[in-house]
Amino acid sequence: MTTTADVSVGARTGARARRAVAPARRRRRTLVVLGQLVGFAVLAMWCLFPMYWMIVSSLKGPSAILSNSLVPASPSLLNFETIFQGSHNLLYALRNSLIVAGTTTVIALIVGTLAAYAAARLPIKRRGLVMGIVLATSMFPHIAIVPPLFQLFTEWGWIDTYQALVLPYVSFGLPFAIWVLYSYFRQLPWELEQAAQVDGCTPLTAFARIVLPLAAPAVFTTAILVFIIAWNEFLMANTFSLTLASQPVTVAIARFTGGSELEQPFGPIMAAGVVVTIPLIIVVLIFQRKIIGGLTAGGLKG
Amino acid sequence: MSAATTTVARHSSRSSGLPQHQAERRLGRRLLLPTAILLTLMVGYPIVWALRLSLFSDSITGQTHLVGFDNYARALWGSDAVQFWAAVRDTALFTVAAGGLELVIGVAMALVMSHLGVFRGLVRAMILVPWAIPTAVAAVLWKWMLTPNGIVNELLGRQILWTGETTPARTAVVLIDVWKTAPFVGLLVLAGLQLIPKDLYESAKIDGAGAVRRFRSITLPLVAPAILVAMLFRVLDLMRMYDTPAILTNGANGTATLSLFTYEHAIDQAKFGYGSALSTLTFMLIFAAAFLIIRLCGVKVFASDREGSGG
Repeated sequence: MTTTADVSVGARTGARARRAVAPARRRRRTLVVLGQLVGFAVLAMWCLFPMYWMIVSSLKGPSAILSNSLVPASPSLLNFETIFQGSHNLLYALRNSLIVAGTTTVIALIVGTLAAYAAARLPIKRRGLVMGIVLATSMFPHIAIVPPLFQLFTEWGWIDTYQALVLPYVSFGLPFAIWVLYSYFRQLPWELEQAAQVDGCTPLTAFARIVLPLAAPAVFTTAILVFIIAWNEFLMANTFSLTLASQPVTVAIARFTGGSELEQPFGPIMAAGVVVTIPLIIVVLIFQRKIIGGLTAGGLKG
Repeated sequence: MSAATTTVARHSSRSSGLPQHQAERRLGRRLLLPTAILLTLMVGYPIVWALRLSLFSDSITGQTHLVGFDNYARALWGSDAVQFWAAVRDTALFTVAAGGLELVIGVAMALVMSHLGVFRGLVRAMILVPWAIPTAVAAVLWKWMLTPNGIVNELLGRQILWTGETTPARTAVVLIDVWKTAPFVGLLVLAGLQLIPKDLYESAKIDGAGAVRRFRSITLPLVAPAILVAMLFRVLDLMRMYDTPAILTNGANGTATLSLFTYEHAIDQAKFGYGSALSTLTFMLIFAAAFLIIRLCGVKVFASDREGSGG
C-alpha cells in the first residue's frame, strides 16, 4: 500500500517536469532518485524482512529466542546442531527431498521436452486441444486426486514410498515443463528443420542434432523450475509420506513439533527453514534472469 | 520436396500424402504418447476413480455398498451442509481478498519496478525470494512471527491472537499468501509492461497527457491481457489453497478451505466415499469458476501463442 503512495510521488514529479523550467530540472532529478530509493526500500523490506527474521531467529539460543531483538545478542549454532542430531535428523528429509525432486525433474523433463517439441513444431492434429488439456491438468485442484490415490496407493502398498510422491509430482511438473518449452520451441526459426531436411535428416535426427542443443539452456531453466515445484510441494507429501523413509523437508518442518502447539520449538524450526531455503535462493539468484523468463513464459505458479 | 517443406513450415493441418509429412505426423503422435499415458494414469484415472468411489458408502469394516448420490446430498443439503458451505464461503473469501490484494499490490510493485532505474537489477533478484520459499516454510515462518509475543505484534504494539480468533486467523492466511505471491504477480505484470512501446508514452506526452492519463489510457489497456491471465491462474490456485491454513491453524477459526475440509474427511477420517464426493465437488466448483472467468472476461490464455511470442 505504501507502494501506491510511491507511484503518486512519481506522478507528481512528472507533473512538475511539465511546467518545465530549466532550474527545476535538478530538483526533479533529486525527487526521482528519492522516490526510487523509497520504492526500493519498501520492496526490499517486503521481500527480505521475513527471510531475515528466519535467519536471525535460527541464530538465537533458547534463552534469546523470545527477545525480538533485530540482531542476535550472542549468535549460537545450537538450533542447527539440534536439527542434525537424534532420531529426527533433518538429513533424512533432505535426502528424501533430493531423491524425489531430482527423479521428478529428470522424468518430467525427458517426457516434457519430447511432448513440447511435438506440440510446437510437428504437424499434429488438434494442437489447441492438446495444449488446452495440458494447461487444464496444471490448474486442477490437487485435492481432487488425493482420496482416490490414497486408496489406490494403500492397496498397492505404495504408502511411504518414493514413487507415491514422484508419480503425482511428475503429473504436476510435466504440464508446466511442456508449457514453458512449448513457448520456447515456437520462437525458434522455422528454417532450422527445413535446412536439416535438405541435408537429409529425418524429423527425429533434426530434433536431436539441431533443435535440442539450441534448446539446452531453456531445458535447464525449466529443470530448475520443476525441481522447485517438486521440492516445495506439501499436500501430497503430507498425505503419502509417514516416516523418515520418504518424508520430504516440507513435511519434516511442518511436523517438527514438541507435542503441544504452544511449545512448538521455533528455534530449530527456523534453522531447518534456513537450511531448506538458502540453497534454493542461491540457485534462484544465480539464474534469476532465465527463471523470470521461464516464469513469464509459463505464467504459472508452482 | 520443396512443396513438402512449405507445408511443414506453415504447419497446415491439411493432410498431405507426402511421406515426409506422414513421418512427422507419426513422430508427433509418438512423442506425445508418454505424456498422454502419464497424465491419464495420474490425473485422468484418479478423477474418474473418485467419481466411482463417491457413489459408495464408508464403513469401518470395509464393506461398502452403492448409495447413489447420498454422499453429495450429505454435503450439499444434508447433515454436513453447514460445514461444507462454510468451507465454500471461506475459500471464496480467501480467493477474493488475497486475489484482489495481490492484483493491486502486484500492479503497484510492477509500476515501481519499472521506474527503479539503477535498482532494477537488484529488485528483480530479491523479488523472487518470497516466491522461492516453500509455502510450508513460509507458513511456519509467519506462524512464528505471528505468535502472541512475536515480532509482528511487537512492531504493531498490539496483542493480537493471530491464530486464536476468526478475523485475525483469516487475515493471517490472506497476509501470508499476499506476501508470497504479490511479488510474483508483479513480475508477470512487469513483463507485460515491458512489451509496451516507449514511443507511445512519448507521443502521449507531446499531446499533453499527464501521468495519470497516460496510465489509464495506455498502460492499463495494454497490460490488461497479461493481468487477466495472471488473475485467472491466481484465482484457480487460491481456490485450491491447502498448505497455509493446514500449517497455520489446521482449519480452525474459520480457515477451513475446501481442500482442508475434504482432506479432513477423506484422509484423517479415512472416508474415501464421502471424501471423494467432496473432492469431486471441489473439482467441479473450480472447473466452473475457470469456465466462467474465461467466458465472462474473455481471457485469452493462448494469446501469447497466437502472436508467436511467449517472452
